[in-house]
Order: sequence, then C-alpha cells, then structure tokens
Amino acid sequence: MSRYLLKRTIMSIITLWTIVTITFFLMHSIPGDPFRKEGKMPVSVYENLLKKYGLDRPLSEQYVIYLKNLLKGDFGDSMKSKVETVNDMIRRGFPVSAYLGLEALLIALVFGPALGALAALYQNKLPDYISMIIAIIGISVPSFIMGTVLIQFVAKNVSWIPIGGWGEFRHTILPAIALSLMPLAYMARLMRSSMLEVLNQDYIKTATSKGISKSAVILKHAVRNAILPIISVLGTLISNLLVGSFVIEKIFGIPGLGKFFVQSINNRDYTLIMGTTIFYAIILIVLLLLVDVAYIFIDPRIKLTKEGR
Amino acid sequence: MNRKFLVLASLFIVAAILVTGCVPKGGDTPKNDAPAASDTPTSGTDTPAAGAAKILRTNNGSEPGSLDPALAQGTHESWVLDHTFEGLMKLDENGMVVEGMAKEYKVSDDFLTYTFTLRDDIKWSNGDPVTAHDFEFAWKRALDPDLAADYAFQLYYIKGGEAYNTEEGSLDGVAVKALDDKTLEVTLEAPTGYFLELTAFYTYYPVNKAVVESNPDWAKNAATHISNGPFTLTEWEHDASLKIRKNPNYYDAANVPLDGVDFTIIDDVNTTWQGYEGGEYDFLVDVPQAVTAKLQEEGNPELVIGGMVGTYYYNLNPAIKPLNNVKVRKGLSMTLDRKTIVEKIAQGGEIAAEGVVPFGIFDENGNEYRDGVGQLIEYNVEEGKKLFAEGLEEEGMTPEDFKKIVILYNTLESHKKIAQAAQEMWRVNLGIEVQLENVDFQVKLDREKDGDYHISRGGWIGDYMDPMTFIDLWWSDSSFNDVNYNNPKYDELVYTAKGTADQKIRFEAMRKAEKMLMEDMPVVPVYFYTQPYVQKPYVTGVYKPLVNYPKLTYADINR
Repeated sequence: MSRYLLKRTIMSIITLWTIVTITFFLMHSIPGDPFRKEGKMPVSVYENLLKKYGLDRPLSEQYVIYLKNLLKGDFGDSMKSKVETVNDMIRRGFPVSAYLGLEALLIALVFGPALGALAALYQNKLPDYISMIIAIIGISVPSFIMGTVLIQFVAKNVSWIPIGGWGEFRHTILPAIALSLMPLAYMARLMRSSMLEVLNQDYIKTATSKGISKSAVILKHAVRNAILPIISVLGTLISNLLVGSFVIEKIFGIPGLGKFFVQSINNRDYTLIMGTTIFYAIILIVLLLLVDVAYIFIDPRIKLTKEGR
Repeated sequence: MNRKFLVLASLFIVAAILVTGCVPKGGDTPKNDAPAASDTPTSGTDTPAAGAAKILRTNNGSEPGSLDPALAQGTHESWVLDHTFEGLMKLDENGMVVEGMAKEYKVSDDFLTYTFTLRDDIKWSNGDPVTAHDFEFAWKRALDPDLAADYAFQLYYIKGGEAYNTEEGSLDGVAVKALDDKTLEVTLEAPTGYFLELTAFYTYYPVNKAVVESNPDWAKNAATHISNGPFTLTEWEHDASLKIRKNPNYYDAANVPLDGVDFTIIDDVNTTWQGYEGGEYDFLVDVPQAVTAKLQEEGNPELVIGGMVGTYYYNLNPAIKPLNNVKVRKGLSMTLDRKTIVEKIAQGGEIAAEGVVPFGIFDENGNEYRDGVGQLIEYNVEEGKKLFAEGLEEEGMTPEDFKKIVILYNTLESHKKIAQAAQEMWRVNLGIEVQLENVDFQVKLDREKDGDYHISRGGWIGDYMDPMTFIDLWWSDSSFNDVNYNNPKYDELVYTAKGTADQKIRFEAMRKAEKMLMEDMPVVPVYFYTQPYVQKPYVTGVYKPLVNYPKLTYADINR
C-alpha cells in the first residue's frame, strides 16, 4: 500500500508540474494582456504596470520566478485586484464554493442513487418512468436555465429566499438545488443501470433462494455492488462541485472560486489563471487518489497493483 | 454494516454543518457602525421612524479592484469612491463644477497656477482634519511610478507629473505644494481650461497622509478605510457585498437624508433585475437591454434615461483598401440609418450621433456645445451611394471587393445586433456584403493595436466635461489612435486648444477640429451613449452628472 501511495505521489507531482508548465506558456501565447483596455493607456503607464508585475522580463525568467514562488506556496498578486493576492482569493472563494458544492453533493447523493434504485426495482413501471423523466430533465436542461427558472418562480415569490448573493443559509438553497440537478440525474441513471445488472446476477438469486428478506437482499447485496460505478465517478464529480460551477455562481452572484476560472481568462489575469488551474488540478489529483483507495475497501476483488488480477 | 454506518455518519455530520448555517464568509472585520439615524442631529429634515434607518439598496455590477483613489480605474470603483471621497471641486445636480473640499480658488494671470483654500470644517472619517498636505501627498503618490497607477496620466496636467511618473523627473519636481494646512498651490504644464473639473475626478481625490503612510494596506479592508466624503466604507465582503454609512464628520452631513447604501456585488443583470422587481433593490443601474426597451415603450416612470458623455463608433482601418479613400468612408457613414439603430435596435434612449462629441457639454458661452458646431453627420442614401461609387472607382475596386471586409466587435449581444444592422443597411444601400466577426474583448484590443482589422467597433466614455476628452483621441500622439489618423492641421488645432486657457480660442479650435474630423471621417460615429437606470417611486433626489454614475448622496427614501 505504501509503495503504491509513494508511486502515486511522485506521478502526481510530475503531472502537476506538466500542468503548470503547459498552462503557463499557453496562457502567455494568446493575444491580450492584463492591462490593455479600451481607452487611454499611455506607454509610460503601461510600462510601469508591466514592470510592477514582472511582465517586462523574458518569459523563461518569469517562468522560473513563478516556479520558485510556487514552491513557497505563493501564487502571487492578482493582476486585476489590487486588494487581494491570488492566495487570498482562493482562500476566500474555496470555502464558499466548497460549501455550496457539498450542499449540492448531499442533495444529489441522497436523492440520486435512491431515485435510481427505485427505478431499477420498479423497472418499466410508473416509478421508473417518473424517475427517468426527472433524470433526463436534470441532465439536459442547462444549469443557467434551471437557475434562472428557480429565481423567477421561487425567489421572486418567496420573500424569505433572496434572488442571489451570499451570507446566510437561505442564500444557499436555490443555487445548491440548481447545482445538484445534473449530478443527481447522472447518479440516478448510473445507479439504475448498475442496479439492474446486479439484480440479474446469480448471487442475488442465491441470496433470495436462501430465504433472506427482500429488503436485506437489496440493501446488503444489491446496493453495495451497484454503488461501485458511482464511486468511480464520485471523484471527478466532487472536484467539479467543490471548485464551483461558474454559471451558477455568476447567476446567483456567489463569491466563490467558480467565476475566477473564467473571469481570470477574460481579464488575462495571469497569476489568477495559474493559481486557479493549479488549485483545481491538486484537488482533482487528491480526490482521484482517494477514490482509487476507497475502491479497495469497498470491493475486495479490486487490487491496486497488478498481482492477483 | 460498519461501512454503511460510517457513510451515513459522515453524511449526517456534513448535513449538520450545512444546516446549522455555518456559511463561510469572504469578509473582513466591519467598522463600528456610524451612529444610528435617530442620533444624527437634523435641521428641519424629516426624521425617519424611530429605529428605521434609511438604507438605499442597490447593486455594484462588479467587485471593485481597489477602493484606493490612486489605484481605481473604472466605474465599479468610481461609483463607490464618488460617495466616500470628495475632491477640491465637485459636480452639482446641474452638472456644474462647484467647490467641494475647497472653499475658494484663485487662478494666476497666465492660467498656470491655481491656489486652493480649503474649507474650515472638513474632517476625515476618523476625525483627523483634512489638510492641503493630504492633497499634495495623494497627488504625488498617484504619480509614483512604483505604484503603477492606471490613471496616473490624468495627473500629467501638473507640471513635472509626467516626468516623475516616467522616471525622468524627481518627486520634488512635481509642482503641487501645500503652502500651509489650508492652502494648496499647483502649477500646470500648460493652461488647461478644464482643470477645475479634473479635480473632481477620482484620481485627484485626497487620502489621509498619516493613515496611508502608517498602513500600506489601508484600502483593503473596511476597518482601516478612511475617507472624507459623505459616506464611509463600513463593510466589504469581497465579491459579495459592500456597505457605506453616513459620515457624521462630513461638512454637509445635515443635508444628507440617507443613512447609508448597501451594495450587493452581483454581475448578472438578469438576476439583479429580478431582485428589483421582487423588491430587493430600491435602485439599479445596468438594466437588461430588453427590459429597458420594454419600460421605454410602456413609458414607465421608474425608468430614467440618464445622460452620459460617450460615443459608440466604428473604426475604419486606412491601411485596408478601399477604406483609405475618404469618399468610400463618407459613403459608409451617409448610408447608415442611425435613427433606426437607436430606436429599433439599441433601444436604450440613445441619441443618433451628430459628431464625435456627445450632447451635454457646455461651450465658452455656457451653451450646449453641439448647438455651436452643428450636425456634422448626414444621412443621405442617394448622395452616399454616389460618393461611395466614386470612391470605389478611384481605388479601382468594385462592390464585390467588399466581401472580404469584416466588421470586428467584442462578443456581446448588443454589439452583434448593431453590426448586423450596419451590415444590412450597407447591403441594401450600397450593394456590398461585409462579414461579421466577434472576438473576446482582449483579442479585439490587441488586434486594433496591431492594425489587424478592417472595421472595428469602438466606444469611449468621456472623463471630464470638455470636448477635448474626445477630440484628443485622434491626434497623432494619442495612444488610442487606432486608426492612425494623421492630419497635421488637426494636430495643430488640438495643440492650440490644449495650450491656452482662453475658452473662446479653445472652443473655436475644437469646433474646427471636430468639423475637420468629420470631413475626413476616419471613424464613423453611430450613437451617443445613455445610462438608463431604474428607481422605485419612493426614491427621490438622485441626480446624474454626465461623467459619473448616478449620485446618491442627496437621495431620499420615503415609503
């Protein structure tokens, strides 16, 4: 196990370094820069700005400086905000996005697999059809439409629920619902097909013929096996939710990390682009590792290494 | 069973955390609240119902990049700054420049030296008196090359300012000096007819010297933010909300009806509009275009078409044939139906352009500048067609050649619609078929700088109430002259107008310059901007200076 972890850690560092390098040079290769704007920008002012943020040095030198700072954990100053450093922005935005993400995850985890299992158990009957319609809607309707619909019909009519913003629990309700619908639907469908497959397996028939009660069969055997594919996607799903959905955060005006991802590119805020990309990469790498490790505990058939397969 | 229990337990813990409402905030420590409404001494103005503070609720479309006057660079900062700070002069409800922090001023005979005497009763929000030293410090600080202020160039009018900012001069060479606590003397590079107005611009706002020197991060948090205007910053949750409260130390506090303003920071205009309709906002700028059109049609009194000095236009790249030919350019301008564009497409109360300088600016006689210079843009399809054809022939080209011409605009629904309209108008009137291309805003700027475009959409909002803020966009020296307009006679006129404080000479030169510009038509003006905003019927007292966002200082709420 520890050898495996060590190997994974080394690979993660290499992956991360590759991401940093590719992003850095790619980002500098697109047209535009953080300071250009429509309007008066005399050369002197522009040059002062370049100098202040170290953009007047050769690219390779900038790269080395950036790596050095990165090793110290310093993502640098944002080129657009003169009030917060990139570390500040991530430190402030991540808990907000994570909170929203966890709330959405909870909703999706509670209702998604349950909906899917229900559909599988009552295959081709009414609960199946209803569940799957909900699932299709959840997957197909874009989140910005869902968000806007929720604002229009719920927030406007219920005074206790605000149209947007952040600060109290009531601010989180609608965005969490909007954010949860896609994962919920996805997990429902996944659970349904996986459950159907499991229910047809021999060991289910064996258990039933042994006289074990239906609910015990479902809970102890079917669900546990059916849930495996969901665990696999959970890693990516969680990391997506944790770093925020740009669209939801923009619509509801939520001060999370999500909008930094796109805004930083529009602004050509180089340090913020790098910071958010690296942060997201780290989360993804860690979560994927956790998912792989979790696998062993859930399914004894799976081994992490090649022997025994 | 163990595993299931663990999963359930962790889910439960997560749920418990979420539901107890421990919502992470991005905020800072708020300042102690300004005294409640009932404590503020009033002099004849309405006292609000006991305990009910008059807080105006609105939205600032984007997180301010900084609330330090020297580092601000856009309307999302200036709107808040204009309410928390005040400069030597300020703009009143008629758009006139009047005394602010200064109680009087004197100008030398050569128009180069201004001497301001500050009011006696002016204080910072922390009680310190506002002194001339604060102004001297602030202006020099904004010119500091190491600070790299975006708007440092706004201070280049001061003698030695540009030299210091470009590291070719010293700090001492910057000709602004506090003669004593109440007297500020500044010498300009050249006579500048609109200098008084400039002192009302945020880059010229003072900062508390002692506070800034002792704490370089003073402007990053509400707790340490000190200002001299009608309101002070009491709370700032980055990206979420911003609150300002009445500054009891402001010399005119007695005439400020509001107790404060609460800004949310939400950039989705559709969401904020829903909020306004749902009663969560009392006031809103940035109304969705479709909503503005609808409200205008209904004649809804909650909509106010705020004036603004800004011009929307198309750049024509003279390096691309046949756009180098003035007849071709004029032909394009004459066949553009601006009336239809503003009435049917932009629909925000915009005004069809009559030149490059918008309405609302006063000339040397205190009259509307545009009345003195006249309508410089003609809409005449017949004449336009003729000129266009002549021009094409001169270049040895045909309408077919226009198929390769592309109108470039930054991705935005409104720009697309206007470009489509122009495309269609030119197709019908001139028989040409131009293409459209939308790109990211930054990419557009880059391409314009590199001359890599044919026709591109541009816009400029004036910084101060003088035609020069538009006229000098196209003189050869301007860093904004993307069309490389190079007319020595035009430059001479600009130079003349910049070099004297004699308003008669200045305005004559600027009128001539604008006429010359419209004769050559290097850019095709489309319309003059407006800033529509909405306010609830119970909100009164808001006025909108043309170069600023609506002023809420003297607003009142009477439900």
